[in-house]
Amino acid sequence: MIVAQRKIIPEILEKLKYHKKILVLGCGTCVTVCLAGGEREVCIIASALRMASKLHGYSLDIEELTIERQCDNIFIEMAAEATERNDAVLSLGCGAGVQAVAERYPYKPVYAGLDTAFIGILEERGVWTEKCIACGECVLSDYGGICPVARCAKRLLNGPCGGSKEDRCEVSPDRECAWQLIYRRLKDIGQLDRLKNIAVPKSWNKSRDGGYRVIIRDDHRI
Amino acid sequence: MQIKDEIDKQEKSGEPAGTVFEPKIVAFCCHYCAYAAADLAGSMRIQYPANVRIIRTPCTGRLEVGYFLKAFENGADGVLVAGCLEGGCHFQEGNLLAKKRVNYTRKLLEEIGVEEDRLRMVNVSAAEARPLADNIIDMVKTIRKLGPNPLKG
Ligand code: SF4
Ligand code: SF4
Repeated sequence: MIVAQRKIIPEILEKLKYHKKILVLGCGTCVTVCLAGGEREVCIIASALRMASKLHGYSLDIEELTIERQCDNIFIEMAAEATERNDAVLSLGCGAGVQAVAERYPYKPVYAGLDTAFIGILEERGVWTEKCIACGECVLSDYGGICPVARCAKRLLNGPCGGSKEDRCEVSPDRECAWQLIYRRLKDIGQLDRLKNIAVPKSWNKSRDGGYRVIIRDDHRI
Repeated sequence: MQIKDEIDKQEKSGEPAGTVFEPKIVAFCCHYCAYAAADLAGSMRIQYPANVRIIRTPCTGRLEVGYFLKAFENGADGVLVAGCLEGGCHFQEGNLLAKKRVNYTRKLLEEIGVEEDRLRMVNVSAAEARPLADNIIDMVKTIRKLGPNPLKG
């Protein structure tokens, strides 16, 4: 899922200060799970903004709404009336959600309340870790299901780098060395011989250097 | 009346009559400890200031950041969260969760521009009527020093 975290209140307030009526719009999917932009956070951020704006001498009039998914027009539609009656939207969706809402309501200012961080998982209570950078050509099958692109600090396809200490990455000792994990995992599943192959340089053609990516499924189009 | 008189005397000394600020404090009290302690205080005739409005909660772990903010938004001058002693939570770890949420909210209050000391968590057992009363008295003193909730200005 997409993992994000909230921006601090003064930063959000700075963006909203020229408006009067604000819709704080949450998203019920990824950002709810990572405790950044769901119904509960909408309530918290709305309260915080009401108070902070009052203390700054202008009182924002804030409406709260959370829709099922902000990156999907069918759900965004459900925020149409609320968007209409407010001057601007503070979206607590991920970057895709903010943009989808802005595209759907071209004459309404839409601001981002979150910093979208990565594609990752809930590692343990209150801890999320990055697992994938959406490189466009997945190599997980060759590395026992552990991604060297997202999780090795140097993105080495032929690792380790030689700097790892025990199972720690030399770049930051509070991170595990992805290559240690890959080695252990391949050993456990009886595929250590995979490491005898030297991986050729990865093609980044399907990554983001050519601008934003588009996937078209003709079989689903009319 | 003894305790009330005591803090009144202390707090009002040097102030012209009638100008002492009487804060409104919302106290979220856990059913299994602080609420029972408040009850016991009654039975033991231990007085605590009438500034607190007690709200019984099944466990402090049930409390959300949003509840604390709403209390301030609606004019509370202070919010006191009273849970079981650490290690003594009826639901194992509710009070530890509450402590984390209180600390998170204190940081958020700073971002908002409200003094973080307006929100405080204390831990008492069901038998600790006296410590509960003392905690309330101390909270009243703190809030008196801070003055009214700035949102009311
Ligand atoms: S190889 Fe690419 S697509 Fe696969 S997990 Fe790693 S970053 Fe994601
Ligand atoms: S120590 Fe491991 S994870 Fe860190 S850069 Fe080297 S190979 Fe990659």
